[in-house]
Amino acid sequence: MELLIALVIGVLAACGVYLALRARTFPVVLGLTFLSYAVNLFLFAMGRLSVGQPPVIAAKASGYADPVPQALVLTAIVIGFAMTAFVIVLALKARAELGNDHVDGKHEP
Amino acid sequence: MSLPSVILMPLFGAALAAVLSQVSRALAAWAAAAATLASLAFLLPLAREPFAGGTVIQRLAWLPSAGLDLAFRLDGLGLLFALLILGIGLLVVLYARYYLSEQDRLGRFYAYLLVFMSAMLGIVLAENLIQLLIFWELTSLSSFLLVGYWYRREEARNGARMALTVTGAGGLALLGGFLLLGQIAGSYELSVILKSGDAVRAHPLYPPMLVLVLLGAFTKSAQFPFHFWLPNAMAAPTPASAYLHSATMVKAGIFLLARLFPTLSGTPEWAWLVGGTGFVTLLLGAFISLFQHDLKGLLAYSTISHLGLIALLFGIGTPLAAVAGVFHIINHATFKASLFMAAGVIDHEAGSRDMRRVNGLWKYMPYTGALAMVASAAMAGVPLLNGFLSKEMFFAEAFGAATQLHLGWWLPAGVTLAGVFAVAYSLRFIHDVFFNGEPVGLSKTPHEPPRWMKVPIEALVVMCLLVGVFPAQTVEPILAAASAAVLQGPLPDHDLAIWHGFSPALWMSAIALLGGALVYMGRRPLFAWHDRYADRLEARRLYDALLGGAFALAGWLTGWLDTGSLQRLLAVVIGSALLLGAAGFVGSGAPLTGGRALLPVDAVSGLAALGLMAAAVGAAALHRQRLIALILTGAVGLVVALAFVKFSAPDLALTQLAVEMVAVVLLLLALYFLPQHTPAETAALPRVGHMALAVAAGGGAAALTWAVLTRPYDSIAGYFLANSIPGGGGANVVNVILVDFRGFDTLGEISVLALAGLGVYAMLERLRLDGPDHDAEGRPWDADVHPAIMAALGRLLLPLALLVSAFVFLRGHNWPGGGFIAGLIAAAALIVQYLANGVAWSRERLPWNLQRLIGLGLSAAALTGLTSLALGYPFLTSAFGHFRWPVVGEFELASAMVFDGGVYLVVVGATLLILVHLGALHRLERLPSRAKSPADTAKAVR
Repeated sequence: MELLIALVIGVLAACGVYLALRARTFPVVLGLTFLSYAVNLFLFAMGRLSVGQPPVIAAKASGYADPVPQALVLTAIVIGFAMTAFVIVLALKARAELGNDHVDGKHEP
Repeated sequence: MSLPSVILMPLFGAALAAVLSQVSRALAAWAAAAATLASLAFLLPLAREPFAGGTVIQRLAWLPSAGLDLAFRLDGLGLLFALLILGIGLLVVLYARYYLSEQDRLGRFYAYLLVFMSAMLGIVLAENLIQLLIFWELTSLSSFLLVGYWYRREEARNGARMALTVTGAGGLALLGGFLLLGQIAGSYELSVILKSGDAVRAHPLYPPMLVLVLLGAFTKSAQFPFHFWLPNAMAAPTPASAYLHSATMVKAGIFLLARLFPTLSGTPEWAWLVGGTGFVTLLLGAFISLFQHDLKGLLAYSTISHLGLIALLFGIGTPLAAVAGVFHIINHATFKASLFMAAGVIDHEAGSRDMRRVNGLWKYMPYTGALAMVASAAMAGVPLLNGFLSKEMFFAEAFGAATQLHLGWWLPAGVTLAGVFAVAYSLRFIHDVFFNGEPVGLSKTPHEPPRWMKVPIEALVVMCLLVGVFPAQTVEPILAAASAAVLQGPLPDHDLAIWHGFSPALWMSAIALLGGALVYMGRRPLFAWHDRYADRLEARRLYDALLGGAFALAGWLTGWLDTGSLQRLLAVVIGSALLLGAAGFVGSGAPLTGGRALLPVDAVSGLAALGLMAAAVGAAALHRQRLIALILTGAVGLVVALAFVKFSAPDLALTQLAVEMVAVVLLLLALYFLPQHTPAETAALPRVGHMALAVAAGGGAAALTWAVLTRPYDSIAGYFLANSIPGGGGANVVNVILVDFRGFDTLGEISVLALAGLGVYAMLERLRLDGPDHDAEGRPWDADVHPAIMAALGRLLLPLALLVSAFVFLRGHNWPGGGFIAGLIAAAALIVQYLANGVAWSRERLPWNLQRLIGLGLSAAALTGLTSLALGYPFLTSAFGHFRWPVVGEFELASAMVFDGGVYLVVVGATLLILVHLGALHRLERLPSRAKSPADTAKAVR
């Protein structure tokens, strides 16, 4: 299972990097979204993987997953959304002001 | 605790003077003087102890857990310097009041000056080396401001920058030296360091540490080859020069030599580095000084020379030489400060400082001339003045060191030669300015300065005379106290008499006086020779070349890395991160796979992971079809939520699910206003390069994850799991961490969320974008933007969704849920209303001000924290209790619920703010109030 998660994170990071390196704003925003998936999963996985052991205190629980990375990632997901919103609106603003959606704000022939 | 007050008083005074200068100039001057006097008033009661040979140490606990205290030390050396700083500071405050003209902002000058005074006091009263360094840097900064006071003049800006560059670089070296010294001695406290001299000197790291510390001291005290900044800093207003460049700032380096004398001195390295540098500086400064045409330039090089003299004395290293060094510190401060002030008076009243034009002033200002003459004679070392006494001791020490160390004749000859030049330039200062014919082309007729402007000069000149004639009665107590502190041991026998008999030192003095007069008389050929060759010898050239080189290198590097292309810059960043990461992997030699037991793979997980990877690769491959790429991205997000479900993170899964929906709606809305397709990229080569970089980055991320996941680890989770119910009153540990244990972090995070929401709102405020009328395939969009079925269904769903949201919120403390998730659900439910019915319709029925909602949420969260503070608990301590209601039964209430409620409101407010205003961009959805704003009308007219 660990290998699978490592592969998933690798693929997400690769797609994120590739998209972030594109020349237009929209793919870059998608790339950042992919990168935040990868980073969130990575941070979450730092608490190691466990199945069927949610960190909710219960009498019959066999064990608990590490709650610390979970708390960290929960806020990261929400802030990641806020940042995506900020960046995409920035892209809209750039398009409105510059008349194109190139990341460098260039008018291309 | 009065030592910290000594340092704080000028700082208060700085603010006070700056404010009061708005009212009147005199008031600002009074405030500055009062602050200085207050500082003195705190200092003087403590002075008894250092005079008795003791040391006052006062501490304030700062970070007790890290063993860090703010520690202050007052011994003889500190007292001497503090008295110089405050005494001369007071005179400078008075002097500056008359020196600066009506156009100059006096408040700003006093503020800088007092900040500098405070920093300088901080250096001399520090017990801890790191604390000393902080004040050290503060003097560099405030001197930068003072030198650049007339910032409209280019020379002031350049001089300020040069002083900051040189002393700042020295400060960096000093930091390294202090860190090494602290490591070697095992403490940063001076009390320990001063006692561990033997251990420090025997340590293998002693030489590099010494070099670094000396670099700091030499740059600050303008020692060769770093001396060039001082003449260029003469662009400062003269009161600042009189203060910084005679008595205080440049003495900070000397202070450091004296302070660390017991620990660092007594080795050949010390003798050669400090003594050698001092010797070269002494000679060079004295020589160049003679050829300066600018009055202040002459004084600046003379200061360099005298600083070299003191450094040479400390380099010689005998106890008597150290006493002579301390003595010369006092004497130089008095006569040089008065000379700077006299030069300022001349500049002020004659309109020029050029000695080729300012001549024959005796007729116009005999009183100032007489004062300057006495001070100048002290500088030259004429008997019956203070300069003579310390110079005599210096000559004796130089002669003694040469005989003892069999150095031959060059050391006594060299210092006598420096003495010759000192006499010559002192003569020039007097003869050129006050005699030597008539003034040449001055813009105004010189006259005596205002009465009070002369008082500071008089005070200092009287001191020169008193110390010169009655040394034992005046200066001896403080000299003894300071020297004892420098030596940290018994004082050597020293005799401050004027007449010591026909010693070698007396002959050296006589030679210097006679030779100086001869050199001055034969100056014309010397000047001619100097004008032809000296320009090539300027150390400033080297600095300019180095600085130019650094700028060129930085410019080239920036130009190479940043061509104005985000893609290129990003590729460089990612590539560098990859290289560094790979270097870490390879360098460590650790195996990639650790020994932790792995979880088995089941078929469903494998399939889901395959689906996720396919969707991700698909999105990357098809990214030019933006809608398809977006849908695939949403699919990936959903599988990520499933992964959270699988690996025991229900809270994360719920959050991811809710965020995913909101985010896809957001991106869809944005996509409407952007091109539907990405144009093909022309060049294939960069694309292949990017692919390679992406594959490498992904491989690195996967390898890193694998390496971590296969290793065992220690976690702090145990604490949270054990204390969640007893300490936070909740069973859902993730939620308890968010709203209780780490509530302060969460408060920061919702603040970020609120700011992002407000930022989006601000950017959208004036935005005008028109989306297309047709979709990508050319079909027109349906004119009916709010289909009735959706509107009806949405209205039905709303109460249900809000109920779910309330339920998720309430259970959050004990089961998966909480403010973040509930907020997102409520936001999603409300957004459906906006989508189905339009912004205007929804706005009418939900007339909340979303910014206020965010503010309300933030305040609720912050107030919960403040309430616990008001009740005497640390910020954000939570309280909870169990209550019983009829029908409902027993239930629990925690103050963390209020905090979580704040989180809820911020999430709802920020999410809605972003989406609603993005939606309102559409021409059919524009809010009526927006169209009516004056800016829009103006735009429409245009």
